[in-house]
Amino acid sequence: MTIIKRGFAALAAGALSTALAVPAIAEPVKFDFWFGLSGDLARVVDTLCKNFNASQKDYEVVCTSQGNYDATLQNTIAAFRAGKQPTVVQVYDVGTATMMLSGAYKPADKLMEENGYKIDYSDYFPGIARYYATSKGEMLSFPFNSSTALMYWNKDAFAKIGKTEAPKTWEDVGADLKALKDAGYDCPMAINISANESWQLMEQFSALHNQPIATKNNGYDGLDARLEVNKTKFVQYVTDLKKWYDAGLIKIKSKDLGQDMVQAFATGTCQVILTSVGDHGTVGRTQKEGMSWDVAELPVYAGTERKNSLVGGASLWVLSGKSDAEYKGAAAFLNFIHDPKTALFWSTNTGYIPVTKSGFDFMKSSGFYDKAPYKGREVAIASLTASEPTEITRGIRLGNFTQIRAEFGTQMQAIFANKVSVQEGLDTLVKNGDAILERFQQTYPGKTLP
Amino acid sequence: MEKRVTFGRWTIGILFAVPQLILIFTFFYWPAGQAVYWSLTLQQPWGGGNIWVGLDNFRSILANADYWNSITASMIFAGISTGLAMIIALVLAALTDRQLAGSWLYRVVLIWPYGIAAPALALAFRFILAPEAGFMAVVNKVWPGFWDPGLDGTDAMASVIIAFSWKYVGYNFIFFLAALQAIPRSLIEAAAMDGSGVIRRFWDIQFPLITPTIFFLLVINITESFQDSFGIVDIMTAGGPANATNLMVYKIYSDGFKGLDYSGAAAQSIILMLLIIALTIVQFRFIERRVHYR
Repeated sequence: MTIIKRGFAALAAGALSTALAVPAIAEPVKFDFWFGLSGDLARVVDTLCKNFNASQKDYEVVCTSQGNYDATLQNTIAAFRAGKQPTVVQVYDVGTATMMLSGAYKPADKLMEENGYKIDYSDYFPGIARYYATSKGEMLSFPFNSSTALMYWNKDAFAKIGKTEAPKTWEDVGADLKALKDAGYDCPMAINISANESWQLMEQFSALHNQPIATKNNGYDGLDARLEVNKTKFVQYVTDLKKWYDAGLIKIKSKDLGQDMVQAFATGTCQVILTSVGDHGTVGRTQKEGMSWDVAELPVYAGTERKNSLVGGASLWVLSGKSDAEYKGAAAFLNFIHDPKTALFWSTNTGYIPVTKSGFDFMKSSGFYDKAPYKGREVAIASLTASEPTEITRGIRLGNFTQIRAEFGTQMQAIFANKVSVQEGLDTLVKNGDAILERFQQTYPGKTLP
Repeated sequence: MEKRVTFGRWTIGILFAVPQLILIFTFFYWPAGQAVYWSLTLQQPWGGGNIWVGLDNFRSILANADYWNSITASMIFAGISTGLAMIIALVLAALTDRQLAGSWLYRVVLIWPYGIAAPALALAFRFILAPEAGFMAVVNKVWPGFWDPGLDGTDAMASVIIAFSWKYVGYNFIFFLAALQAIPRSLIEAAAMDGSGVIRRFWDIQFPLITPTIFFLLVINITESFQDSFGIVDIMTAGGPANATNLMVYKIYSDGFKGLDYSGAAAQSIILMLLIIALTIVQFRFIERRVHYR
């Protein structure tokens, strides 16, 4: 009996040691990557991960979709507090300030340096790099999926009113919408006014016109920044939008009402929309048969010197508290994503734009932008690089900006429902937004943004 | 002569209660205590530290007009949806109890809505009540601009109330039907022989006899309307338009999880807890007096 027992024990020990010893050499180091994209985009990320795993043998990235950006940040925070955070996480643009103060990350530039990768940071489009960089220009995270807002316009409809080009100024837009209405189009332009549209309506507009959203250079220079959109050109813009809405030139389209604005445009119901270049593929795939459309840079008011538009999307953060082996893997992964060939794969399969000049050049030289369905997406790069970023157009660095966007949606809805005047609504937006900023500042006493 | 098991030492009794106490402590008192602690501090979301601020969180919440708006919206929601869900369920149960043709079918079918998860149900109602695509699009064709939950706060509130009530009609129905069927037939038959009609029998015999059930459902419905409304609001309106449907429980979620303001959200949930406790006490103090237990 004892002999048998011993025999088993020896066998078990032998099996264990081989199980431990052999794969320790062969098995790659696993690390987690959490991201916030879903549906088609999540499948593209999964393919990207598979490509990375197939490209080398030392590391294996495990990619998990958390559904959306908000959930990714929430789950990461919960995981971090429990000590079970992923190594790499995708955080959306407006979460940047929160991340910078979290103390929960390993600076991406340091990580790459430590692991022997040379990244040419000047290769990033300045409009993209500055959004995620510290005020001193250090890249704490790597830009990943990037987009900017464009105007989508229906060429057929504009041909009916004798136009072959998209309007370049808001004055022209007003006249064209009127002409479209008179030509019998029921919905010349579609907008939505929820928290999500803060991006194209308030943030992009302000950048293009070099108008601040908040003091202290949009928050880059301190946590004591406060909103000031109630006294910039933005007031006139909202006034005009409201005027056009009242005249029936603009319709509100959202999923809750039955049709969102991208669907409304693709089906030919509405003739102009303002949305992300990321929707370029969706419009192309779902458009009404034979409809002729194009994209253009967002209009500006006449007499404005156009500035660069803002980047939207997310960047990749490497979190603290992981082993050196995992950090090595993370560095290899970031290097893989930085590669121009990955940029081509990524932009072909999504609507996102390349984040580096070399990626853009590689895509241009491979003929990506020459033919449908990708033709037109280069307008996004033109919009992002329209000027060298100014102190104001490099981005927005405000705490809890998600809540400010929600407040934007609330006040726009109040304005469009005629509950308050434009000025009253924007004053309330500033008042409530400032309360959010003040609270954020109190939560981080004595801390400053890097 | 009643036989009672007694324990010589009180420790044995405590020992028997320990599993239950541990459960209650872990899943109720501990989180609730944590929430109280958070509500008195300013928490950094990533756990980098916190500062003691005393009652500042409560002060700033109670000074905020949006919060009072949220309380009002929750009260309106609770009142109307509880009323709707209970009255409709009671009428349906009374009809089913009378053995009308096909009542066996209602008995099964009416229970289903309660089994549907709130978000799924909200998606269905979002489609049904969409002003441009769903059923309401037909109504809007006849009266243009009649239904616009995208901008009209009242319409949006009506949408979430309809969806919530629909779910709880099924739940209430089960209880009402069980209560009605527990009433001895002889009572109703005796009244019928004395010449009282259906309505008379309902008000004089059935209604008084099911007051314990009505009271129970009232407490449950009001409590649930404060807590279970989250999924419906999230999918159907996201608190909009212009905060018209920003119920207390949804505001806790959006401030806490979307806005990463854990302390403010903790303070709000303490207030919500106190409010529900207060409402329940009021119900037991003043309404239960009119309940006749058999």
